[in-house]
Amino acid sequence: MSTTTVPTTRLKDLPRPQVVAHEVPRRRKAWIDWVTTVDHKKIGILYMVTAFVFFLVGGIEALLMRIQLGAPDNTFLTPEKYNQLFTMHGTTMIFLFVVPMMAGFGNYFVPLMIGARDMAFPRLNALSYWLFLFGAIVLYISLFFNPPEAGWTSYAPLSSAAYSPNGGIDAWIFMIHLTGLSSLLGAINFYVTIANMRAPGMGWGRLPLFVWAILTFAVLLILALPTIAAAVTMLLTDRHFGTHFFDPSQGGSPLLWQHLFWFFGHPEVYIMILPGFGIISEVLPVFSRKPIFGYKAIAAATIGIAFLSLLVWAHHMFATPLSTAVLAFFMLSSMIIAIPTGIKIFNWIATLWRGTLEFKTPLYFGVGFLAFFTLGGVSGVMLAIFPLDWQLTDTYFVVAHFHYVLVAGAVNAIFAGLYYWFPKMTGRMLSEGLGKTSFWLTFVGFNVTFLVQHSLGLEGMPRRVYEYADTGNLHALNLISTVGAFILASGVLVTVYNVLRSLRRGAVAGPDPWKANTLEWFTTSPPPANNFDVVPRVRSVEPMKDIRRTVARATGETSGRTERQVRA
Amino acid sequence: MPRALGLAAVFANAIGPETGGSPNANDTHTLWVVVVVIALIVLIGVEGLLLYTVIRFRARKGRVPAQIHGNTRLEIGWTVAAALIVVVLTVVAFAELPGIQDPVKSGPQVSLAGAQVASINPPHVPGGRQLNIDVNGQQYVWRFTYPDGTYSYTEMVVPANQTVVLRITGQDVAHSWWIPKLGGKFDAIPGYNNYTWFKASKVGAVYRGQCAELCGRNHANMLADVRVVSPSAFRTWLATKKAQINAANRDSAAAAPLLSPLPARPGHP
Repeated sequence: MSTTTVPTTRLKDLPRPQVVAHEVPRRRKAWIDWVTTVDHKKIGILYMVTAFVFFLVGGIEALLMRIQLGAPDNTFLTPEKYNQLFTMHGTTMIFLFVVPMMAGFGNYFVPLMIGARDMAFPRLNALSYWLFLFGAIVLYISLFFNPPEAGWTSYAPLSSAAYSPNGGIDAWIFMIHLTGLSSLLGAINFYVTIANMRAPGMGWGRLPLFVWAILTFAVLLILALPTIAAAVTMLLTDRHFGTHFFDPSQGGSPLLWQHLFWFFGHPEVYIMILPGFGIISEVLPVFSRKPIFGYKAIAAATIGIAFLSLLVWAHHMFATPLSTAVLAFFMLSSMIIAIPTGIKIFNWIATLWRGTLEFKTPLYFGVGFLAFFTLGGVSGVMLAIFPLDWQLTDTYFVVAHFHYVLVAGAVNAIFAGLYYWFPKMTGRMLSEGLGKTSFWLTFVGFNVTFLVQHSLGLEGMPRRVYEYADTGNLHALNLISTVGAFILASGVLVTVYNVLRSLRRGAVAGPDPWKANTLEWFTTSPPPANNFDVVPRVRSVEPMKDIRRTVARATGETSGRTERQVRA
Repeated sequence: MPRALGLAAVFANAIGPETGGSPNANDTHTLWVVVVVIALIVLIGVEGLLLYTVIRFRARKGRVPAQIHGNTRLEIGWTVAAALIVVVLTVVAFAELPGIQDPVKSGPQVSLAGAQVASINPPHVPGGRQLNIDVNGQQYVWRFTYPDGTYSYTEMVVPANQTVVLRITGQDVAHSWWIPKLGGKFDAIPGYNNYTWFKASKVGAVYRGQCAELCGRNHANMLADVRVVSPSAFRTWLATKKAQINAANRDSAAAAPLLSPLPARPGHP
């Protein structure tokens, strides 16, 4: 493999720290290769596949709950089972699906997009993945004993030893610690990689927006995770070692748990969605054949959202005893987030504006993301108004809101990313027909499931109830929602089938099937072990466009394909 | 445009949160209508723009994508526009807030049952004639204690036209007090007092609600009713309830040697 020549002239040309292969290792059995790998691409795939499996598991849990709620006073599930299901569903989707999925995309594509040969700390990277997997196993092993049933928020005192005596909460605490440690190590790795291993010429102003998003995601994780680690440790000592942090009868405070949890929990929301924003910022310009509109504004808005996300946690606590001044502060800080978010949405629409939109599947999911996220954002601003929130909080209105931003937002972004990058990861294209079928099924299924849940909340249905009486429109609305959930699930299954089928039968992709803008398309599909033989000098935020132009000029072809010999 | 606004208001009115029991719920509903109209304008505007864009700018033969990198004036424009919307929403919210947060005066014909000393930070009722009720959330039932010590479970009976101030707390885990037609939710958290108020005017009305914060397996069954009666019927109810409780206490005192030392606690409703 390659080594780089070391220029000795000027300070800025000093070598970048990078991974250099010294030998070609012997081939080992495939499974040993996967288990022992420290290659960021393989680790990325491990992350994504594991996370996707948990997406399916969490989806099955959701379907079971929707069956239970399909009819009033239903007895399909016991209250105990129902509480276990929504606890596992929320915990799974957040800690075992969206965050690790985004970490998977980051793992695979950050080094490729910045022209690096691996992450800064490859072994630490492998450790991150295995900690995540063990965390997931710890949580799911509780299925055979007592799964937790206090919700993904595990509010004290409900989660204390007195009211949740069995070990489910302890499994949950252990899972938070393991996945938290995994994310923390991963975040440090991302930060160091992005700060130090960018291709020559790739200043901060030429960093792909997905990499900006992952950088912000990493910083937020580093800032937010210690709080939840402290909180669950306090819960653990309350449960087993005689402390009383959250026990009001001994001078502790249940509200302390809520503050600590949401001080982590709200940044966590942006930890889940910012990488999705990043994916959208990559997909939209490629398929509209236009540069991203307002690169600096989008990057700045990403950082602005991350900063504000640390100042809004108590908007989850508007119904708790807080003074009006505190309520007003958190209302204002929450509503102000609408400004950078609005800036992003307008910039994305402006990116599409006057482009030539090529409606491939990634763009379908990208536009679907914009449509859904706007709705979820608008209902989010309504929830930020605390006098309104007093009516809306803890009802299905909130459930609808956060599924619009997270499921529709994050999942559409993840699917956009999957359809966009699958050719790079496997060398094969996903089927466009199946992809579009999957899009329309999930799009329709999603709206049918969650639009009516706004009305359910307004009619007075609280969340986390295992049954409801047959009053008002509750039955009809719940039934519609249940039907929608199955349509949504069928759309997801179409994509699963598409992936499995295309792994073998998909059309061969070539290095750059979309004529995209960023460096991952400079190498082969799938990329070799150390990614690049030669890292080109980056001259703009769209290095591949420059390279194609250079090739065209050099060869005299008008639509020159990328040649790997091209040097900058 | 005015017609569209009217339609939006009608829509907001039709889907809004439950209302009609108490002025604070009504004011919340008014706030909701204003906010939804603004939200619908933004939503339809942005989604419409998005729809127009994806239809209008599909790739066609001979069309060349415009290589635009940005536009500072536009950026400033939509930043200011978004900020203005936030300002408008904030002004509207604070304009409606007193009507939702501050109790109104009791009506002229009120029961004088409420003579409790003010606690830490309760809402101030103009004229001071209020009925204070302590609301206590427990797995999985609500207990209501009246100023004279009389208590009831699950069903709260209140006199019409009387401003009722609730002091809400939790006994075991966190619960949340919510009767949609009588206003928003207030969490019942052990170790904390939370306050809200309502003033119901329809005699004979029963307002239903339930616990809104996950409190355990039977969270869904932790129901509450508020029954509105005339002031005289309220006095009668209170006296009857008091007599019942006294009789029950006498009976249990008589039977005390036979019973286990656990305090008597009514079962599941």
